[in-house]
Amino acid sequence: MLTLSLIFLPLLSALLIFIIKSEKAKQIALGASLIELALGLYTLLSFKANALSQFGFSANWIASAGIKFNVGIDGISILLVLLSTLIVPFIILSTFNRSYDKPSTFYALILMMQAALIGVFVAKDAFLFYFFFEVALVPVYFIAALWGGANRIRITLKFFIYTLFGSLFMLLALVFLYYQTPDTHTSDITAFYDLVLSQEQQNLVFGAFFIAFAIKMPLFPFHTWQPDTYTESPTPATMLLSGIMLKMGTYGLIRFLMPIVPLGLDQWGSVAMVLSIIGIVYGSVIAIQQKDMKRLVAYSSFAHVGLMAAGIFSQTLNGMQGSLIQMLAHGINVVGLFFCVQIIYMRTRSRELEKLGGITQNAPNFSIYFMILLLGSVALPLTNGFIGEFLLLQGVYQYNYWLGILAGTTIILGAVYMLRMFQKAMFGEQSSLTATFTDLDFSEKAVLLPLAVLVLALGVYPNFLLKLTEPAVANLMQIITK
Amino acid sequence: MNLIILIPLLPLIGFIINGLGFRKISNSIASIIGIGASVVSFAIVLYLFLGFNGQPQIVKLFDWISVGSLNIAFSFQIDQLSLLMMTIITGVGSLIHLYSAGYMSHDDGFGKFFAFLNLFLFFMLILVMGSNYVMMFIGWEGVGLCSYLLIGFWNKNANYGTAARKAFIMNRIGDLGYLIGIFLIISNFGSVEYAEVFSKATGFAIGDQAITLITICLFIGAMGKSAQLPLYTWLPDAMAGPTPVSALIHAATMVTAGIYMIVRSNVLYTLSPLTLDIISWVALLTALLAASIGLFQNDIKKVLAYSTVSQLGYMFLALGMTAYSASFFHVMTHAFFKALLFLGAGSVIHAMSGEQDIRSMGGLYKKLPITFWTFLIGTIAISGIPPFSGFFSKDEILMHVYEHSPLMWALALVGSAMTSFYMFRLLFLTFFGSFRGTQHQAEHLHESPLSMTLPLMILAVLSAIAGVFNLPEIFGGTAKLSTFMEPLFANSKIVNPEAFVATHLSHGQELSLMGISVGIAVLSLVFAYILYINKKSVPSTDSEITGVQKVIYNKYYIDELYDTVFVKPIAKLSVFSYTVLEFLVIDLIVEGIGKLVKSMSKEARTFQNGSTGYYIFAMVIGIVVFLVFSLRRIFI
Repeated sequence: MLTLSLIFLPLLSALLIFIIKSEKAKQIALGASLIELALGLYTLLSFKANALSQFGFSANWIASAGIKFNVGIDGISILLVLLSTLIVPFIILSTFNRSYDKPSTFYALILMMQAALIGVFVAKDAFLFYFFFEVALVPVYFIAALWGGANRIRITLKFFIYTLFGSLFMLLALVFLYYQTPDTHTSDITAFYDLVLSQEQQNLVFGAFFIAFAIKMPLFPFHTWQPDTYTESPTPATMLLSGIMLKMGTYGLIRFLMPIVPLGLDQWGSVAMVLSIIGIVYGSVIAIQQKDMKRLVAYSSFAHVGLMAAGIFSQTLNGMQGSLIQMLAHGINVVGLFFCVQIIYMRTRSRELEKLGGITQNAPNFSIYFMILLLGSVALPLTNGFIGEFLLLQGVYQYNYWLGILAGTTIILGAVYMLRMFQKAMFGEQSSLTATFTDLDFSEKAVLLPLAVLVLALGVYPNFLLKLTEPAVANLMQIITK
Repeated sequence: MNLIILIPLLPLIGFIINGLGFRKISNSIASIIGIGASVVSFAIVLYLFLGFNGQPQIVKLFDWISVGSLNIAFSFQIDQLSLLMMTIITGVGSLIHLYSAGYMSHDDGFGKFFAFLNLFLFFMLILVMGSNYVMMFIGWEGVGLCSYLLIGFWNKNANYGTAARKAFIMNRIGDLGYLIGIFLIISNFGSVEYAEVFSKATGFAIGDQAITLITICLFIGAMGKSAQLPLYTWLPDAMAGPTPVSALIHAATMVTAGIYMIVRSNVLYTLSPLTLDIISWVALLTALLAASIGLFQNDIKKVLAYSTVSQLGYMFLALGMTAYSASFFHVMTHAFFKALLFLGAGSVIHAMSGEQDIRSMGGLYKKLPITFWTFLIGTIAISGIPPFSGFFSKDEILMHVYEHSPLMWALALVGSAMTSFYMFRLLFLTFFGSFRGTQHQAEHLHESPLSMTLPLMILAVLSAIAGVFNLPEIFGGTAKLSTFMEPLFANSKIVNPEAFVATHLSHGQELSLMGISVGIAVLSLVFAYILYINKKSVPSTDSEITGVQKVIYNKYYIDELYDTVFVKPIAKLSVFSYTVLEFLVIDLIVEGIGKLVKSMSKEARTFQNGSTGYYIFAMVIGIVVFLVFSLRRIFI
């Protein structure tokens, strides 16, 4: 029931907000997301560190076809459920000092999105997973298309079609796998794990899954929708996309791709690995010369998702554990960074680095939080970013020395583009736009302070989470190597 | 045990208080908190030192990162090496904190400055107190962050911000090497704890490839942090930071982290003669290159910065000879005299209203007597002239080098000749002759307040007498420091006893070696005296400098070289990737596929034009084609 309420609480709140069309949509949405967070934390604390799926719920959905509404939380899901419940209140709070048209629709869509994302992370039935995977696209599409920037229609359409195109391959693969299951057919994911498929079949399924997830994350070279979409979408949508939604892709790799087609992974995993690493370097190099802060953070996110994928494809315990922690850390850091960009944009109406500068002089508090989030993002030890990157880089290094070193260049390049951004925006002389910059107000502090605390807390004591996820990851490793 | 935790914790608390409240806390309270945190830590370190029984003590706080069989603990190790380092860090650190209270008194960011200094102490203490390589890495990167924040302390000046960024990024290049080193340690030893790694290391043979790789990777980290070729160019630029920062971070403590790391890992390095050779040559080249640049610099801090790079070279040179304790002895004496010199330079700059060019100074000894006398002691010490500390520590290094290779010894002597020359050149140009600054500066000249001169005097005493801590046998000493550090090298002696045989030089040879090096240093002094006191020559203005001197004055154009070879191409690659690959290749293909589907659907749509005749025509064609294919199969 707990899992079910995690899905339905935001969904029902969304309906409520949509129906009553209150002026206080913002506040209601925040309240709902905080209750959801409390529920998420309760789940986290009640979770037992073993390989089993917990808090399960199952009901017939399409009974004749053996398709069930089957949900539950294991050690891999728990981290992403935590992420989804943790991030959304901050996203809502980050909008508190600006008003969007049709607020009830806006906030209802955010909560719907949350419900769908949690659905993705707790689904134990393949078609249910697919259902949520697609449903999650709808609210964010509307947010981007209705409240986005000037080019929003063309860009969001491209994003929508591109990712839809990718998931069609996944649907094909799922249908194929479904018909491979023993006679009465089932779409239970664990039943897919037990399938015995030939090398050719595995290669095809690998390809289908890979395209779907690679577009979603996105991985090089399937990424060209991402920088435009991230830049043109309103910041809450960008936060949803980068903070949580891209983890649907990395989660898919862990939940579907690796355990279902290990032979396909043997054959094609190295290609996927190389693409991930190209993405890390390529994304970082592009980020170095970006002029627009939001686009810069978008490219840095693209580079980081390459890291997560590389950790997963390393097929090592350390790499996978590192990637999981990195998913949570990246969610926190990237949402914080996009918010910092938004704060600057709200005050100066510009994200152009050349037009900014000297912000630290008027806004010391803002500078501190921005710096802490930035340090998390460049993986300084004792921040959350370090734990994930250290473990996953070690995994990649175990997989192949040279690829490990190439992936490791992220610690240099990351510092190059992040510090360049910080210097141009925050240091130096004030510009005409930044001369009247005001420091943080209460609602902004209410977002940045907890995020900064999380950056440090997870960097100092990550073991609590590592221990929760390890049994499930170790179990998965066994399935892969079987 | 609780006391041990307090040592890094106090500066951390100081950082938090001053950091959170730097606009609300008054300067005097901020300095009391900042200095207090440092001094109390120092007192605790001394207390621990006095009670130290020779047995390493490990204090584990909690498991930090555990995955599978790898367990990285957040734990401290108190032994000879960490105690010595802690003493230097908190001791010299306290003096520099005190000095800063005077030096920064007019600065708006006073509280912030103390916050950053405390944060630096915290990370530097973690670096030397950690009981494993990842703990060291926390400190390693953490001090890099503080260095960044403090170099860019006056970040309104864009150049300072750029210098800060350069330091951080260059260090990160080294850090990648260090990180790979850790990965190699994990895969070879299954642990990162010093105790476990070093005891397992005794099972490896000399020259083992894995160990060689590990030691090279870690040394790449040291090149960045300790400013060795080719990663040294950030350190001279780092002088953009306030002078106390240059003294604490860029002279006395942080830059010696690389030496600490190698002394800590001595068994690994002893196992790898190849790495030791690499270190020796890199170090020697760095020492010579930096010293030669120092000969012609006119910025008082730049001279000291190149001198630091050069002196760090000597320390690494000693490490390359497996003379670990000799290297550490020089770390210690250098911490005293280089901190002293930087603080002295700061006192001069303070008196000169921010002027740093020695061509505009001269004759300051009358106005700044304490600064002058202490600076003189520092200069004699660094030049290796007895009986001050630098003589003992440098001579011990040179003796080891001579035993290893007389050629390297001769080259190292050239370096110390240059050291003596540029230091006395600096001293003479600054304090002797007539004043060359502006009228305004002349009126403003004054000796610094006690908070600044007291640290100078204490450091001057230490610079003068620190030789006694490791007085060699030949002068009736017992080499106390070396004896104290002996247990650290127990594993090294097991794996390679030959690297540690006692000197085979006779007392006569030892004395003549000393005589030569002292003679050369004095000769340089005399040369500088003739040039700058007798002939009263003043270095020419920038535009008048020509020829080889110009090349050296411009630091051999190495910054420009890096810019051309690395910085600009990467920037170009970035622009190229963004404008060409991203939009004209990848996205065009994506859009192309989209358009293809669209146009195909357009073609397909024309088939459905509603004309029955057309449909029938198409059907007939279809049937014919089908028949032809089927029949063909029958006939063939």
